[in-house]
Amino acid sequence: MKKELTRQQYLDLYYYMRLNRSVEDMMVKLFRQNKIVGGLYSSLGQEAISVGTAYALEKKDWLAPMIRNIGALLVKGVRPRDIFMQHMAKYDSPTKGKDGTSHFGDLDDLHIVSPISMLGDLIPVMTGVAMAGRYLGQKTVAMTWIGDGGSSTGVFHEGLNFAATQKAPFVLILENNLWAYSTPVRKQVPLANLADRAKAYGIDSYIVDGNNVVAMYSTAKEAVERARAGEGPILIEAKSFRRMGHAQHDPAEYVPKEMRAYWEARDPIALYEKFLTSEKLLDARDKKEIEEKINALLAKEREFAENSPMPPPEFAETGVYCTGDDCHKIRAKWERPIAEVTPPRSSVEAVWTVPGFGSGEGSRGANAPMHFGDTQAAETLPAGAGKPAGKPPAKVTPQKTVKTAPTGASRKARR
Amino acid sequence: MPGTNGGASNGTSVTFLEAIKQAMFEEMERDPAVVLIGEDVGVYGGAFKTSEGLLERFGWERVIDTPISESAIIGAACGMSYCGLRPICEMQFIDFIVCAFNQITNFVAKGHYLWNAPAPMVVRGPSGGGVHGGPFHSANPEMYFVHTPGLKVIYPSTPYDAKGLLKAAVRDNNPVLFFEHKFLYRRIKGEVPAGDYTVPIGKAVVRREGIHLTIISYAAMMHTSLEAAEALAQEGIEAEVIDLRTLLPLDEETILNSVKKTNKCLVVHEDTKTGGIAGEIAAILCEKAFGDLDGPLMRVTSLDTPVPYAPSLEEYFLPNAKKIFSAAKELARY
Repeated sequence: MKKELTRQQYLDLYYYMRLNRSVEDMMVKLFRQNKIVGGLYSSLGQEAISVGTAYALEKKDWLAPMIRNIGALLVKGVRPRDIFMQHMAKYDSPTKGKDGTSHFGDLDDLHIVSPISMLGDLIPVMTGVAMAGRYLGQKTVAMTWIGDGGSSTGVFHEGLNFAATQKAPFVLILENNLWAYSTPVRKQVPLANLADRAKAYGIDSYIVDGNNVVAMYSTAKEAVERARAGEGPILIEAKSFRRMGHAQHDPAEYVPKEMRAYWEARDPIALYEKFLTSEKLLDARDKKEIEEKINALLAKEREFAENSPMPPPEFAETGVYCTGDDCHKIRAKWERPIAEVTPPRSSVEAVWTVPGFGSGEGSRGANAPMHFGDTQAAETLPAGAGKPAGKPPAKVTPQKTVKTAPTGASRKARR
Repeated sequence: MPGTNGGASNGTSVTFLEAIKQAMFEEMERDPAVVLIGEDVGVYGGAFKTSEGLLERFGWERVIDTPISESAIIGAACGMSYCGLRPICEMQFIDFIVCAFNQITNFVAKGHYLWNAPAPMVVRGPSGGGVHGGPFHSANPEMYFVHTPGLKVIYPSTPYDAKGLLKAAVRDNNPVLFFEHKFLYRRIKGEVPAGDYTVPIGKAVVRREGIHLTIISYAAMMHTSLEAAEALAQEGIEAEVIDLRTLLPLDEETILNSVKKTNKCLVVHEDTKTGGIAGEIAAILCEKAFGDLDGPLMRVTSLDTPVPYAPSLEEYFLPNAKKIFSAAKELARY
């Protein structure tokens, strides 16, 4: 690791990784006391991925976590009490007991979309969030995570392909923790690097050491800014290891001992502490201060969560439908002139131009006669009707271009 | 056609398809948060030309041609709706909606209940048989979704309702599935008013008043039911015909009021029999109007088979006025 962040940024990353682990440690205790209603999933050993990537987002950006992204939620501003109460099915939890784990969101303030258990569904959803942000002129980026296992779902591929054709400002973190429940990655995906999934969609990708929080952060930061600048979606493969079973009930005896030992010796927090200490960014006193701060915070948060009531039974019947303005006032937050997307300025000549018929240009192979070239809409528009003013400079009007970006760009990130 | 124009005046007579096009056009004109997303909806104007002209007027950012990826269409629309947009998704044929079944039933439908996230979006597309589309272009998949709390399901029968209900669907804060019976697209015309109007979601309408029995139907079969009712009238049987218009939420009040008057009920739907809405209506009548019934609830539906291709097979498969007439006569004898 080389120094490239401010001291505060280094310490933030450390704080959130420690907080991530402490929150989960506390939930293990609550689980053993039967205070957690359903399953409990662990991100032990993967904290650098959640924390490093989410830390690259701005406040206005959107994220959608998976079950092993408690760290991302904490970075985005979710209170530990909300995470405790979600797991404990409490009435004061964000879903008021209607769902558990990290299955909650916040559309208005934190810009978090709730995940569901069906893997891959978030990819098209966050593509839509990214497209809406661009449409409204908000210059936001959307980020979500997927596992090595989840990258085999159909909707992963539908979503990523659609994001690519739309050049959506979307960053997908593929957490390769080597295990999908009990199935090793080699039995799921015949690829050495899951980042190569990106090649199929003509988008750029990175491969990062998922146990190196600085590498995770700096790569994610670069990806987020490239996506924001209009370069389209980017895939980051974070290579790591799932240290616990799929959930608490699973002792994961199928994992070879040597494999576990290898990864336990590469604990992301221990590695980072070593780096911080050697760079004189953290000493014993700082460390103790951070520990005390976290302990005090979590004691308070846990107390609040334990004191929260269970939801009243009849609450089960409420809230299936939005009842209208009294329930939710839905409004688009425009940050560009509406005149740009309404007639007459929105009007176009609705034709495609298809250059390079059969030239293979689009498929980047000179002798690929079965492939058509890039397909573009006609730009022969009346003055003022084409590209509206005030768009971000690097933005490509996406519906006009179904264009493959240079492929084979799987790059090694800084380590 | 009785009762199809909702009493509108100063309007013009348009096809069912034109009414849908007008609804989308006017909603996109009214609210820049409305976008259309689907396969071939832009340059081509939709496989049935329901979105013809929308791209020319509203541009590439609002009329979005997608890859053949129904889950991506629904998922992306859901994400857009979370940001305050009101997307309309077109399924090129409604048969393909099941490719996005998980996205609709698990993601879109449950969001408001679970985490207080409304998803104001519409999923619409051509449905139904009678046009020899074969087993994968003729489906009536409405009941998969009527069984999903959190969705609203609309299946109109007239141009007036199609336009007014589609506008209401776009303005609704919930995910609404909007089924357009393709047999009706160019075969029926009806008056629509010149100005803006909506038709309330969740309200059935009495298309024909009668006293001897109630025929409940929707979509294309509503017209077939009216045809049968006219034939029944020749024999002195006055059937009341109810057009459900919305299947979820179901307008129980209109159903119960009619059956309390006629004491007999026949449900007609083009959907297959087992698990069709007739079963649900039968249960509601048993629970809430058992004492009012003078005969069994009867149903005329499609067969419990896939939709066959050959005209002879499809005609045998589908309900028709003759089948409705016979069932109604049998019911009237009670």
